[in-house]
Amino acid sequence: MSDFEHASIVLCPAGPMLLRGEHEIQDADGKTHRTVRPVSAVCMCGGSAIKPWCDGTHRLIAAKARGDDETDG
Amino acid sequence: MLPKSRGTLSAAVFNALQSGATAGLEPAPESDEDAQIALWALYELHYRGFEEVDPDLEWDADLLRLRRGLERPFEAELQRRWAQSDLHADPELDLARLIDGHDGPSLARFVQRKADREQVLEILQHRSLYHLKEADPTSWVVPRLDTRPKAAMMEILFDEYGDGDPNRLHHHLFRRGMEAAGLRTDHACYVDEAPVEILAMNNALSLFGLHRRLRGAALGHFAAFESTSSVPSRQLAQGLRRLDFPEEMAAYYDEHVEADSVHEQVARRDVCGAYLEENPSDRDLLFLGAFTCLDLEARYARAMLARWDAA
Ligand code: FES
Repeated sequence: MSDFEHASIVLCPAGPMLLRGEHEIQDADGKTHRTVRPVSAVCMCGGSAIKPWCDGTHRLIAAKARGDDETDG
Repeated sequence: MLPKSRGTLSAAVFNALQSGATAGLEPAPESDEDAQIALWALYELHYRGFEEVDPDLEWDADLLRLRRGLERPFEAELQRRWAQSDLHADPELDLARLIDGHDGPSLARFVQRKADREQVLEILQHRSLYHLKEADPTSWVVPRLDTRPKAAMMEILFDEYGDGDPNRLHHHLFRRGMEAAGLRTDHACYVDEAPVEILAMNNALSLFGLHRRLRGAALGHFAAFESTSSVPSRQLAQGLRRLDFPEEMAAYYDEHVEADSVHEQVARRDVCGAYLEENPSDRDLLFLGAFTCLDLEARYARAMLARWDAA
């Protein structure tokens, strides 16, 4: 039993999926991407321009939904 | 090389740094700019120092007393700005609300769409003051944290420092970009070009990083910084490519789009979340740090856009 929770897959509310450790991810086009950092963020909103990784676009989608001024990239 | 002085106090401080005769300096700056450049140089003794300054002066009691005399009003001013902000009065405030609720002008959008080459070069020079020692001011905080936030902080810092590969270390990537863009790359070589807003940003980082008492502010600052990095980094990369800057420079920002999307999540949840659970009384300090990051960034953006008449 470990003392602290430290999940290797973490779903962030309205954000990406965090992946700890080394993984290979196949994107929607069948291309494989290798993780290069201790933690990687996989896009779950579908809006990222660097899929499979998250690029922060989910925040803009959330801001638009709130009706904020456009902050497009 | 020591920077150029910007008033009587900084002139006296830089003389004292060179001669070693540090007694009797009073923290009585001529202007904010004078105070900020003096403070910046005093902090710099703890990072890379200056060729012409005896490294032993890092712990010179007279200089530390002077530094303290400059830090107190600076910290009080940061506190005042935070206490006066609308966000401070929000009864439901949490870190996410603070970060998402703060809005300021965006220099990144200006670079993305309209800036010319000269303007971008100027911004890169200003930014180099921090980017050439990226993450260093925050690293002071690590030994002052308990288990959970410490482990989470290291998860991020390891990535900032290249995951063990010097080629991927962030401040090295920035140096490569600058080199390719034809800029100088020595540590802090553009300090004389930096406006007071940039000096204040760097000094706030060092203030929060070097005082254990302010570690909550350092973490809040870090979370706000990482949370407002990936989208602007994408805009900056697009602007750099629009202006045909070398790929190395744009690649630095590409790396931050991807890395800071991760760091943001870990900083908010695992660093700040865990820290607050263990230190609930530091809540306001955490907010102070986050607010200061966003506020000083907005101040710099406003100053530059006004200067270029681009607001
Ligand atoms: S989840 Fe972040 S960009 Fe899609």
